[in-house]
Amino acid sequence: MNARRPAEGAETPRSTYREALREGLREALRGDERVFLMGEDVGRYGGCFGVSLGLLEEFGPDRIRDTPLSESAFVGAGIGAALGGLRPVVEIMTVNFSLLALDQVLNNAATLLHMSGGQLNVPVVIRMTTGAGRQLGAQHSHSLEGWYAHIPGIRVLTPATVDDARHMLAAALDDPDPVVLFEHGSLYNEEGALDTAIRSVSLDSAAVRRAGTDVSVITYGGSLPKALAAAEELAGDGIDAEVVDLRSLRPLDDATVTESVARTHRAVIVDEGWRSGSISGEISARITEQSFYDLDAPVQRVCSQEVPIPYARQLEEAALPQPASIVAAVRQAVA
Amino acid sequence: MGEFTMPSLGADMDEGTLVEWLVAEGGEVARGDVVAVVETAKSTIEVECFESGTITELLVEPGTTVPVGTPLAVIGPTASRGRAPSAAPAPVLTGPALTTPLVRHQAAEEGVDLQAVHGSGMGGRITREDVSRAAHPAPARITASPLARRLAESLGVDLASVKGTGSRGAIKADDVRAAAGAAGEGPAPAAPAERAAPAGPPPPPAGTRAAPPPGDRLAIARLMTRAKREIPHYYLSTVIDLASALEWMRTENGARQVADRLVPAALLLKAVALAAREVPELNGHWSDDRFVPATGVRLGTAVSLRGGGLVAPALADADRMPLPELMATLKDLVARARHGRLRASETADPTLTVTNLGDQGVETVFGVIYPPQVAMVGLGRVTDRPVAVDGMLAVHPTVTATLSADHRASDGADGSRFLTALDRLLQHPEDL
Repeated sequence: MNARRPAEGAETPRSTYREALREGLREALRGDERVFLMGEDVGRYGGCFGVSLGLLEEFGPDRIRDTPLSESAFVGAGIGAALGGLRPVVEIMTVNFSLLALDQVLNNAATLLHMSGGQLNVPVVIRMTTGAGRQLGAQHSHSLEGWYAHIPGIRVLTPATVDDARHMLAAALDDPDPVVLFEHGSLYNEEGALDTAIRSVSLDSAAVRRAGTDVSVITYGGSLPKALAAAEELAGDGIDAEVVDLRSLRPLDDATVTESVARTHRAVIVDEGWRSGSISGEISARITEQSFYDLDAPVQRVCSQEVPIPYARQLEEAALPQPASIVAAVRQAVA
Repeated sequence: MGEFTMPSLGADMDEGTLVEWLVAEGGEVARGDVVAVVETAKSTIEVECFESGTITELLVEPGTTVPVGTPLAVIGPTASRGRAPSAAPAPVLTGPALTTPLVRHQAAEEGVDLQAVHGSGMGGRITREDVSRAAHPAPARITASPLARRLAESLGVDLASVKGTGSRGAIKADDVRAAAGAAGEGPAPAAPAERAAPAGPPPPPAGTRAAPPPGDRLAIARLMTRAKREIPHYYLSTVIDLASALEWMRTENGARQVADRLVPAALLLKAVALAAREVPELNGHWSDDRFVPATGVRLGTAVSLRGGGLVAPALADADRMPLPELMATLKDLVARARHGRLRASETADPTLTVTNLGDQGVETVFGVIYPPQVAMVGLGRVTDRPVAVDGMLAVHPTVTATLSADHRASDGADGSRFLTALDRLLQHPEDL
C-alpha cells in the first residue's frame, strides 16, 4: 500500500481520501479514551487499504486491534464493547465479507434499542470498503450499501469527498446508535483540497456539489466523481447539471432532493448498486411520490449491470456506471 | 399555382397555430371557402382561402405554430386529369365497401359512412367492430409530463392542441409554455391563480372548440398591460335619456316577427357607429407614433365567453348597415364567438370597440382601450332614473355612456363631441 503520512503537525491544504480518513481516526483516538479500532489487518499491516497505517505505532495494540478472520465474531465483539460503554470502530475489509456479520448488524446492533425498550443504545461504528473499479473480482467489488439502507435502526453513511472522509467519523461516533460507514475503494487515492475551516459535518443533509438548472444528477460515494465529470462534459453542450451528493443513504435527505428537482424538473440517479431492488429505486420512488408534479421527464437511473462485477478490466468498466453512460442518461432526460 | 399562408388576424398577431384542416390534399376549394381552423393567442378562427383550385399539398401539420405569412398549403389549378406530381395521392376507395348487410344496417343506425371506415376483416371487409370504432372513436390519450399537465392547467392551455417535442412525442413544460403565448417570456409566471379553471371541463363535442381558447387569459393579460402602459387614457361619461329611443323601438318591434325584433344594444351600437363617423379622431389606429383614421367604422363588440375570457369580433360597416341587418349580424356574431367559430375577416382589426356590461347589471364601465385602437365606448345597464324634463321630474330609462380615449390621438373636446353626438343620435331613433 502506498499510503503517505501527512507531514507531522502541518495543516496540509490537500489530502487524499485515505489520509483524511486516517486523520479522522487519529483525532477520534486522541480525543476519546473509549474509542478503539478493531478489524482484520488494521494493526501491523496498516489496514487492507492502508487507512490505519501507523496508528498501531501511535496508539498501541490495546486500541488498534487485529482480529481473527471472523466477521461475525469481531462485529459481535464490537457491539458488546459498545454496550459496555466503549466507542468501538470496527473495520470490515469489504462489504462482500460483511454479509457474514449481517446477523450481528441486523439482529443485534440495529434491534437492541427496540428490544430493550429503549434501554440499550449500541454506539458502534462499522467501517467497510465498497464498490468496484480496481479489478478485485466479484467477491470484493460489489456495492451492497443499499441493502444496509433497508434496515431501520442504523445510520448508513457514504462519504464521497475528503472533507466528509475527514469529519464523518467524529459525527458517527457522536451518534448513540449504530452507524455503518461505506468507503468506496476507488476513492482512497482521490486527492482534494481539505477545507481547514470545517470543524465538523452534519450527517443529516445531502449536499449540492455542483449547482445547475437543467437536471438533477443524484448520486453518492464512488459515483460522485463520475457524475461531476459527466456534468462538466454536459456543460460543454450547454446542459447545466446539478449534482446532488446524498452523503447518507439512511436517513435519506428528501428535502434536498425535492428542492433540486423542483428547480430542474428532471432527475437522473447514479448508483453503483444493481438496479433491481436498489437504493436508486427507492430514491426514484420518493421523487415520484414527492415531486411528481414537478417532473418534466421520466426519472432515469444509471446503475451497474446486473452481473457479478467482472475481473477483466474492459468488462468491469462496461459493467459500472461511467461518465459516458451518465451523460447519455442526462441527454435522454433533457431530450 | 398559389400558396395559402398563415393570415394575420389582428395587428398584434405574429404567429398562429393551425388547429385543424377542413380540406384534404386533392380537395377542391373555391375563393372564400373556409379551409382551416387557426388559433391565435386571442381566439380560434375559421380561415378562408383567397384562391380557387385544388389543394395539392398541405404543408403544415395540425398543432403546429408558425409565423404569419408561412405557407400552409399549396393550391394548384383545378385538377381535371392527373394530379400534381408532388401530391401524394390519397387512397381512393372505388366501388361499394366490402361488408355484410348486417354491418350496413349497423352503420346506417349509427350514422357511420362506410366509405370512410377501414376494414380490418378478411380481404378488407368491414366488421361490426370497425363500425363501432368509427362511431365511438376512443379519445386519444395525451402523453404529457406531470409538470406539463400542471402548467397547462394553470395557464389554461388545452393539451390536445399542444404538439409534444419530448421523447415519444410527449408534451413537455416548454411545449406548454410555447403554446400559452410564446413570446419567450422566460419562466412561467408564478401561478396565475385567478384563472382557477374548473378541474377538467369535459372535452367539447367534435366540431366545436373549447371556450375560452387556450392561452387566452395570458393574451388578454399582455394586451391589457400593454394598453395601460402605452396609452394615456382619458375618461368621459354622460347619462343618456333613452325614453324616445326605446319608445320608438317598442313601436317598431310591434310590427316585427319575434325573431326579427330589435334589442336596445342594436340601437346603441348603430348610434355609436354613426357618432364615430362624426368624430373621426376616435375611429382608427395609433401606429408608428401617429394616428391613422379609418375609412369605415368596424365596430368591435366585446363578447364575454362563458368559460371566461373575451373576444371582440368586428361589425364591419356598422355605420352604413341598416338596423335590422345590424341586429341579425350581431346575433350571429355573438353566437359564433361563444362557440369559438369566428371567421378571420370578423376579428381583423376593429376601428373602435364597444363594451356593454349592461346585462351584467353595472351602470358604468370605463374600458381599457385595445391597442392599436384609440378609443373604447362603455355602455352600462339601461335603468330607470329620475330625470328633469321641461322643468318637471320624470322617470325615464337611461344609460350611462362612457368613453375611454387615447390622449395621443384625441383631446377631451373630441371625446365630448362624440358623447354629445351619441346622445343626439339616440334622441332620433327613426334616423338610425
